[in-house]
Amino acid sequence: MQQRLPIAVCFIAGALMFLQYFSPHPVARAVFVTINDYWQIIFAFTLLVGIAAFVRTNLRQISRGKEAPYRLIGLAGLVLMPVLAVFGGIKIESPFQWAFENMLAPMQATVFSLLAFFVASASFRGFRARNAQAVILLAAALVVLIGRVPITEMISDTFPKITFWVQNYPSMAARRGILIGIGLGSMTTALRVILGIERTYLRGE
Amino acid sequence: MDIGLIIAGVLTLAIYTFLYKDNPIYKAAESLLIGLSIGYALVIYWQTTLVDRLLTPLFARGELLMIIPLVLGLLMFTRFSNRLSWLSRIPIALMIGAGAGVAIPAMLYARTLKQISASVMPLMDGGGFNVEALVVIVGLLSTLAYFYFSREHKGAMGITAKIGTYFLMIFFGATFGYTVMSRMSTFIGRIDFLLTDFLRILA
Repeated sequence: MQQRLPIAVCFIAGALMFLQYFSPHPVARAVFVTINDYWQIIFAFTLLVGIAAFVRTNLRQISRGKEAPYRLIGLAGLVLMPVLAVFGGIKIESPFQWAFENMLAPMQATVFSLLAFFVASASFRGFRARNAQAVILLAAALVVLIGRVPITEMISDTFPKITFWVQNYPSMAARRGILIGIGLGSMTTALRVILGIERTYLRGE
Repeated sequence: MDIGLIIAGVLTLAIYTFLYKDNPIYKAAESLLIGLSIGYALVIYWQTTLVDRLLTPLFARGELLMIIPLVLGLLMFTRFSNRLSWLSRIPIALMIGAGAGVAIPAMLYARTLKQISASVMPLMDGGGFNVEALVVIVGLLSTLAYFYFSREHKGAMGITAKIGTYFLMIFFGATFGYTVMSRMSTFIGRIDFLLTDFLRILA
């Protein structure tokens, strides 16, 4: 029961979603919309479960005195957004949107920009032209780096053209090879999941 | 100065203190970012999914069938119980199964057929030889050969797979360069914000 019921649910949902693709009938469309809605709702509940676990873990760590100030700040941030949404709504110019624009968005963009330093320092330490492949990798990276800087375009329009060519032909060819591999692999895995051969999602409770 | 601008500037600087070393100011800003991100996701999903798709249809419009996703969603909370946690497998199975069912035709179309059709271009174009078409088809076939593990990479297969690694290196290098430039672009944007809007040095 504990194994068979989830496998049956998985098979029915998977088969319905697969078969509806081949039918333009309104019933098939309704099945797709209904299961998609269920998917979205369950996903929202999984988020709630995750938040509950986050709060529980943090409260437990605070009671043990482990990095209590940081965990309190995290919980305060978690409480702040719903409180602002409850009292001011979530429309434009609401306190909720104000907090998003002046607190969340700047910090997200800054953390994202920090990666420029990590990538640069990691590549400086890791990139060595030891063999032909490494030389090609370095050359391709340099071509794109140089070709995408505005000053090189002012010097000569050849750099952007070379960059465009590298990105759109040899690089794109390898990218398509990888995408085709991902597509074939995903289809196989999806089929295994629907047929109940792949059951790793049933592990762990 | 606008209070929002001051807060955004201070939080930006707090994150950048990490460039010196890991410190309490950065840790505090990081914790705040995590909390705010979760809070933001909670509000958005609550409003756009739970209220709009579940609670309004169920309680305001009386669509009783919406009890099914409500029950399935609530079953997720059984993960906190050792005895009943197996019940959470049912909604997970529905999500995984539905995702897999959608993935098969989507992957076949977007990731496989579309990519193949886009790669097949005429070798003779406008009276001249199309070098790009040759590069793309050689690159695609050699890359696929590299990822084909059912046959040993020896002889012609080995040479083709070796050529595939060169194309893969071009892809990795180009992707690396593009990623660095996108991060740099964001960094320039943040520095521009600090110097122009926050500190008003360049204003």
